[in-house]
Amino acid sequence: MDANQNSDSIIQIDEVTKSFGKVKALQGVSLKVKRGEVLVIIGPSGSGKSTLLRCINMLEFPDGGHIVVDGTPVMHKRTNINTVRAEVGMVFQQFNLFPHLTVLENVMLAQKIVRGRGREEAEKIARQQLKHVGIPEKADSYPTQLSGGQQQRVAIARSLAMNPKIMLFDEPTSALDPEMIKEVLDVMVALAKEGMTMVVVSHEMGFARAAANRIVFMDGGRIIEEGTPEGFFNNPREERTKSFLSKIL
Amino acid sequence: MTTTNEKIGEGRLFPSTSKLEELPWWALIIGLAAVLIIFSILTTPLYRDAFDFIREGIVTTVRVTLTAYAFAIVGGLFLGLGRVSKNVIYYNFATLYVELMRGIPMLVIILYGAFVVVPIGLQLINGLGSWLTGIGLAGLGATLQQVDIQDVDMSGRAIAGLAMGYAAFEAEVFRAGIQSIERGQMEAARSLGMTYVQAMRYVILPQAFRRVLPPLGNDFIAILKDSSLISVLAVRDITQLGKLYRARTFSSFEAYNIMAFLYLSMTISLSMLVKFIERRLGRGR
Ligand SMILES: Nc1ncnc2c1ncn2[C@@H]1O[C@H](COP(=O)(O)OP(=O)(O)OP(=O)(O)O)[C@@H](O)[C@H]1O
Ligand SMILES: [Mg+2]
Repeated sequence: MDANQNSDSIIQIDEVTKSFGKVKALQGVSLKVKRGEVLVIIGPSGSGKSTLLRCINMLEFPDGGHIVVDGTPVMHKRTNINTVRAEVGMVFQQFNLFPHLTVLENVMLAQKIVRGRGREEAEKIARQQLKHVGIPEKADSYPTQLSGGQQQRVAIARSLAMNPKIMLFDEPTSALDPEMIKEVLDVMVALAKEGMTMVVVSHEMGFARAAANRIVFMDGGRIIEEGTPEGFFNNPREERTKSFLSKIL
Repeated sequence: MTTTNEKIGEGRLFPSTSKLEELPWWALIIGLAAVLIIFSILTTPLYRDAFDFIREGIVTTVRVTLTAYAFAIVGGLFLGLGRVSKNVIYYNFATLYVELMRGIPMLVIILYGAFVVVPIGLQLINGLGSWLTGIGLAGLGATLQQVDIQDVDMSGRAIAGLAMGYAAFEAEVFRAGIQSIERGQMEAARSLGMTYVQAMRYVILPQAFRRVLPPLGNDFIAILKDSSLISVLAVRDITQLGKLYRARTFSSFEAYNIMAFLYLSMTISLSMLVKFIERRLGRGR
């Protein structure tokens, strides 16, 4: 490995394995993500996409391999994972907003208790981020009063308010009605244009073509093939990729 | 059969003839009984005498119940967090405690608390006192050394047992409440960089508390009823005074009617309160 390549990779995943009982979710995955890169991971159900993503911020602890995030070896015993997570935002399929808090409080909470920001500063940043995702007027609503698309945008704002260096998205539009998918993808495309490093598990080809620098195809806990959007979609090399693409395109 | 379109199980035994069937007869009967007892207290010297004697116990019953319940809630929260903890020692300690307590009759726990746990606890405090004196903290040391079993009256000892037993029940209530919160909540909180404790404190517990309010309320009613067991320690609560009154006058009927009346008026109003809270929470969601 040459040093140059390491320094501009903000995420380095090296031979990572993870099993759940007998199920081998990851069987030796290596992957590098450059600063500012937008990486889209696709693959059939159960191929290990979520597991890989969740290993990056240690929501799952890998069985073997190495992961370095922004220079920090996250699997190392002495690493304080909470400080790493504060730099890595995550957006979930099910939004996971805090239902007992208003939208504004949702976006403020971690800023206050993790970043140690005062109330005023946290509120100012929260309002900025809500504007950023296009719903400043919903600040005082509760999550259950919002549509799915709005909830997901709040979830994005909640992560962005922490000023993360990396954003992880796990099928952010899969739980949405079709008419709401676009409003969330628009926010994500804008974020990509701003230069955010993003790792996105999604089968939204529109997003992949518009924003991705690179596509990774996973199957059976392994990376099968990767490439630029054009190359990947137009000339897939592997049989498995071809048959998968024929199903989703 | 007079009707044809009724589903199985929803059919009535008798065809409905009027709204009479829908009235909450049971509540009317309870109300009538209450009116009868109150009327008797006001007009019958025997009832009045029994009432005046036994009602002195209300304060003790309420005080013991409230104090024991407060300790049970605090202890139950601590144990409940242990029941969902990944820390092996914490989890096993909490589980062992809960299993033990749930397998022992409340009456036995009360006796155990009063005559084993409290005396041993006091000895430990005395021991701590002499140790403190030994290392030079004479002031605090002497105070702790002088704590005597006489300083803890029987109602205090009764509280210990009730709280010990009910802490185990509340632990299971809290455990169920915490586990009823979707996994994604903890994951979202942790992914934002919160520690486990912060996520519990700001995300999980506030949601769990709303869900456990009704069962906590029902357990308050249960501990109020179980507080009658402390009469075995001769604590002068409603039950003890009822027993004393009966022994003194042999008017069992009056004594026990008054006792039942006092407990019922507390438990029924509390259970109405719990239902009200339940409905309000249901609406809020
Ligand atoms: N917590 C878990 N416990 C047990 N098995 C798990 C767990 N998480 C994932 N798995 C298993 O690991 C494998 C990979 O799962 P993963 O969720 O990473 O797949 P995925 O590619 O994200 O699939 P999907 O498109 O359905 O989300 C699957 O077989 C899954 O059943
Ligand atoms: Mg998944």
